[in-house]
Amino acid sequence: MNKVTAITSILLAGILTNNMVLSKFLGICPFLGVSKKVKTALSMSIAVTLVMVIATAVTWPIDTYILKDNLNYLQTVVFILVIAAIVQLIEIVLKKYIPPIYKALGIYLPLITTNCAVLGITLLNVQNNLDFVSSLFNAFAAGTGFLLAMILFAGVRERLETADIPEFLKGLPITLIAAALVSLSFLGFAGIGG
Amino acid sequence: MGKNLKYFTNGILEENPTLRLVLGTCPTLAVTTAAKNGIGMGLAATAVLVCSNAAISLLRKVIPDKVRIPAFITIIAGFVSVVQMFVKAFAPSIDKSLGIFLPLIVVNCIILARAEMFASKNSVLPSVLDGLGMGIGFTCTLTLMGMIREFLGNGTVFGLTVTAGHITPMIIFLLPPGGFFVFGILVSLSNALAKKKGKKIVEHIGCENCPSRSFCEKANEGACEEKEAVVNE
Repeated sequence: MNKVTAITSILLAGILTNNMVLSKFLGICPFLGVSKKVKTALSMSIAVTLVMVIATAVTWPIDTYILKDNLNYLQTVVFILVIAAIVQLIEIVLKKYIPPIYKALGIYLPLITTNCAVLGITLLNVQNNLDFVSSLFNAFAAGTGFLLAMILFAGVRERLETADIPEFLKGLPITLIAAALVSLSFLGFAGIGG
Repeated sequence: MGKNLKYFTNGILEENPTLRLVLGTCPTLAVTTAAKNGIGMGLAATAVLVCSNAAISLLRKVIPDKVRIPAFITIIAGFVSVVQMFVKAFAPSIDKSLGIFLPLIVVNCIILARAEMFASKNSVLPSVLDGLGMGIGFTCTLTLMGMIREFLGNGTVFGLTVTAGHITPMIIFLLPPGGFFVFGILVSLSNALAKKKGKKIVEHIGCENCPSRSFCEKANEGACEEKEAVVNE
């Protein structure tokens, strides 16, 4: 398989078939917590995608050149600390150099450190032995998949606000059942992109 | 003694981490395709929870307030690595079925939340009991959910045949939508029970118990705040 096909299939898998939230169950907290409005959902997912790609760009070399051979047991500790540091750094850099972006996304950054989607994708990249470029595309695809799921779900939830819901499903249960239906629709993509 | 017992039972029913606090949703949905996985995940998280609660409670006066979250995460990550190596060595099949969710215990909000809300404010014994109770509550819910999904989706419970072979299992319950659906129904049942007892029902994902609440609230424009309805007495 040549490079372009490989990357296309990574993108398709990450966005549709193996969607981070709806089929891998990573990042459920922000998916259920920050999806009340389309606008906040959009900003949150952009911040997540940004952090995912940068975190992968940093953790992949660390794992490949330092940890892989005999320090493998440090993987979890090192990854979470590196991610926490990166998030802090991104926050500082954005604040100083690109204030408009900081204003839009800054608030979401502290939430991302403990987001299992970010740690999850960096670990999946090294566990699946993807090369550096594929890892970056995989992180980008996962972030985009997260964005797609968040926005679709925020749309569904805005409709739910005015819907007539059976008494016993009010609140969180109906949100989860709506998520089940959105996830069901994503099953339809199975098979695309190999 | 009575007070200590309260710390312990608190996590099992009243503040069940998955159904009442709605924390740790990711592993709850992801690993519960079989009852056995639910137990494995629950016990692994319990071990980390008890150890990290004990360590954080011991260090609570040493850790400066400003860097407490990174410090907690580092302590938790250390214990997760220990558990990870332990499971890999002694229960490789569980390691395989939990996969990525074993290292992801680090970012399981239950553990950070208990560190932040409980262990950093209480002495060792209550912290350990709280961790143990929360862990058992988590394990019970995960096992229950695993049993339901395994039964409906595969016709077995703990690998033992129940209806398999007689009734075609509904595979959808093993797939992601089934996870969301079963969890939704379980939360609605726990809500119904809470309502009967005059307790608050869960309207929104566990905001008030979330370790990142203060940031999230700003980000979410107060969405956590607006719906914390108390049941009409």
